[in-house]
Parts: sequence; structure tokens; C-alpha cells
Amino acid sequence: MKEYFNNIYTALYTIFVGMKITFRHLFIPAVTIQYPDVKLKLPERERNRLYVNMDDCIGCDQCSRACPVSCIEIETVKSIPGEDLGKTSNGKKKVLWVTKFNIDFAKCCYCQLCVFPCPTECIYMTDVYEFSEYERENLIYDFVTLTPEEREQKKLNYEKFMAEKAAADAAAKQAPKEEPKKES
Amino acid sequence: MIYEFFYNLVGNEIIAGFIAASLPLLLFILPFALIAVLLERKVAGHMQDRLGPMRVGYHGILQTVADIIKLLQKEDIIARENDKMLFNIAPVLVFTGSYAAFAAIPFTSAYIGANIDLGIFYIIAVTGLVVAGILMAGWASNNKYSLLGAMRSAAQIVSYEIPTILVVLTLVMFTGTTNLMTLSENQTAYFWNWNIFGGPELSPAKFLLIPSMVIGFFVIYISTLAEVNRTPFDIPEAESELVSGYHTEYSGMKFAMFFLAEYANMFAVSAIVAALFFGGYHSPFGYLGNSLGVEWLIPVEQFFCFTFKGVFFVFVQMWLRWTLPRLRVDQLMTASWKYLIPIAFVNLLIVGIITLI
Repeated sequence: MKEYFNNIYTALYTIFVGMKITFRHLFIPAVTIQYPDVKLKLPERERNRLYVNMDDCIGCDQCSRACPVSCIEIETVKSIPGEDLGKTSNGKKKVLWVTKFNIDFAKCCYCQLCVFPCPTECIYMTDVYEFSEYERENLIYDFVTLTPEEREQKKLNYEKFMAEKAAADAAAKQAPKEEPKKES
Repeated sequence: MIYEFFYNLVGNEIIAGFIAASLPLLLFILPFALIAVLLERKVAGHMQDRLGPMRVGYHGILQTVADIIKLLQKEDIIARENDKMLFNIAPVLVFTGSYAAFAAIPFTSAYIGANIDLGIFYIIAVTGLVVAGILMAGWASNNKYSLLGAMRSAAQIVSYEIPTILVVLTLVMFTGTTNLMTLSENQTAYFWNWNIFGGPELSPAKFLLIPSMVIGFFVIYISTLAEVNRTPFDIPEAESELVSGYHTEYSGMKFAMFFLAEYANMFAVSAIVAALFFGGYHSPFGYLGNSLGVEWLIPVEQFFCFTFKGVFFVFVQMWLRWTLPRLRVDQLMTASWKYLIPIAFVNLLIVGIITLI
């Protein structure tokens, strides 16, 4: 009999204890973050989408070689004499036209290994993490600042220059060859 | 009352009856369900330190409207193995059961669907339809979880009806009427005239009755909570065991009808508890309309008080839902047969002896 009333007392008492707790929680400010409107500040060394500052890039290909998943593709064209490509922000002279700088973020594993070898610190991690796409092709980012025509132009320029140089070399070679014949 | 008013207005018995019957649905139950669903989600959210719906309208006010529009557009799926006739009747029956109860609930002194002398008896009888509807839904779904849920629900409602009725009987014995209108009318004026404070008559018996009435209130509140299948007595729906019980197989508008019936039921039992113990539609502090001498203000105040009491008890139901875990089936039966029914019986005896003295 004692147990019976004890049970009733415990049941009611514990219910009221629980109700007190939940009622208190009703007025505790919610911990929810309204995500798309409000975003948490990311940690200082967060690793998200890469960005390449092409003004500073010297086309040295070190990031591409450091990449463990080969998601960076770089093609460069040498500049011809007389072209001024300017200087990077830390004083290095740029000598290569970067005609292709693709990063495939579908492959990228956000390891940050490409960031460390860069001599001009032009490739770095940003705080952008919302860049999902419906098509995988859209995840290949092209960072080159030149227009496609300009890229073709640079290639053609270089080929032309090389061809001219080869022609000049050939001419220079032929001239001395013929001379000894005349001598002999 | 309201029927006579429409009869004089329209001059046709059937049309007047239809209007009077559909009035509480359109004016009260639908808006109440919309608000209650939102309230439930908001209360749930804030009790768990979340925010609840936030994106539709200011702080998610229009969330339930959006939900209803979605439900209206949904395809009405009837599986091949369902018993089609029973499957289609069940939600209607469940909704009818909970909606018919509103006919005898006095919203104000000026509005009651049907002022019948057997009011509370009628309500208890007609809500029995809900059990039939739930069993029907569970059986016709041809789904083991639905059937289990329906069986549990039937067992639960049948066993919890007994303490409910015993407490109702206590009050009927005490007040000498089953008419909810008279029952509310007796508890008029101020809150110390409410039945929970021993009724309107000032005598030594009034003070002796207070503990019995409080016990009666607890018993009827717990058992009506079980009757409307709310947590901690939600084993018929038990989403972690039975998907969602008897309405697992329903979609679209039929599901919405079950949903509406659940919320209508929640308010109905809260209203009954309010009418039996807490003075029904009566304001606890007298009326502004009386002191100002404005006749028409009194029913408005009464409606406000009644809704406030009802919504408060609905809020307590939600509060309990997010406080207590679900009972096991044996615990559920123990709570009813070993605790609530003996207590209600003893309470009935005590109240009987006190009122005799």
C-alpha cells in the first residue's frame, strides 16, 4: 500500500520536475543559426575553395606538381622579347604567359599542398564553401585573365617568333657552311 | 439557439441546420487547427532550444497555410491491397466523431450548437466513433503497423474512457446536471465559484471538496490525454516503432482529415475539462460588459475566456508531449487500471459522501 502511494507521488513529482525543466527551456534563447541568412565565422586557417591571383602568377607550375590528385592544369607560353609582362607584388619578373590555369574542384581534396610551394603566394584558400553545381563540368574553374583570342595570339606570336628565330638560325648556319666550301 | 437565429433568418429548417452545423467548423476548428499546429511546432522548437518554422512569413506564421495547400495538392494514394470502402470511410468517421463533440460544447452563453440536456453524455458517446474510425483505418490499410497501431489505440481509448467517465460522473453527481450549458452557468461570476474550487455554494463542504476536485481534474486530464492519443500516451502512433500508426497509409486530404481530427479532439477534451472544472466560458474576474453596461460585449468576452482556457490546456498537452517519453503498453494499462480507475472510484465515493453531508 505504501508502495502504491509512493508510486503516485513519484510519478506526479517527476512529471512536475520535467515540466519545470522544459518550461525553463522555452525561454532560453535558441541556439539555431539561420544558415543562409546568418553564417558562422569560419576558423582562421579554413580550407575551402582555392583562388588564384593571376596578377601575381608567374606560371612556375609548382602548385600543379604539388597537387596529389592532379587537379591543377597549367600551360604556359614564353613571352617574346619586347613584351613587358610586369612584375609580381613581391618583385619577381614575369616571363611566361599563362594560357591555361584550370582547377577542377570536383577532384580537389582541399589539402592546401599547392599553397605552400607558390613562390609569389598567388594561390590561396578563400572562405567560399557554397559552390555546388548541377554539372560536373561547371566545377572546372578557369583562372586565366586573358581572353581566348589573346591566348591564341600569344601562342601564335611565340610560334612565329620561334619560326623566325629558326629561320634566322638556319640562315646563320647556312652562311658559315657555304663559306668554308668557297674557301676550299 | 444559433439554430433558431438562422431559422428566423433563412426560414428553412434544413438550410438553417446546415449553416448552424458548419459554423463551428469554418469559424473555429479550421483556424484553431492551423494555429495549433504552428503552436505545437513552435513550442516543440523552443523547448528544445531550436526556433521551429522560421521561413514562411514572419517567424513562420504562414507555415501551416503552406502545409495545407501542399496537402490539398497531393495525390490521393490508395494501395491495391487496401479495402477501398473502409479506407475511404475511416477518415470521415474519425473526423465526424471529433467534430460532432463540438455540437454540445458551449462556446459562449449565446452560442451552443445544440443545447441538449444530455450534453456531456452525448459527447462521451459520440467520441466513441473515433475508435471505430481508427480501427477501420488500421484494418483497411492492410499494413501490419497500421493494424497494430489501431489495435493499441482501441485498447487504449476503451480503457481510458473509464476513468474519464468516472470523473465526469463525479461532477454530474455533484452538480446534478449533464447539460454543459447549465454546468457552465452554475460556475458563474468569479473564479472561486469554479468546480475545481468546490462549486458555487459557500459552505464547509466547498473546502472539503477542493482536494477531491483537484484529484478529479488530474485524473480526467491524464485520461483525456490518453484518449486523444497524445504523448506520453501516443503508442498508437509511436513513430519510432509503428511508422505513424493507423494513418501511415494515408496521403493528401485524408491524412489532413486525421490531422484535423486530432487537433479538434485536443481542443474538445480541453474544452470539456475547462467546462467541467474551470467555469467553462466564464471569465474569472467578472465581465467588462456588465460594468460598462454593454450587452453584446459579454458573449465576446466569454468566447475569449473559453478559447483562452481551451488553448491553455492544449498548450499544457504540448508541454507534456515535449517533456515525457512514451509509455510502454503494459505501463499504459497499469496506469489506467491500477491507478486512475481506483483513484477515480474512491474520489467518486468521497465526493458522494461530502455532498450527502
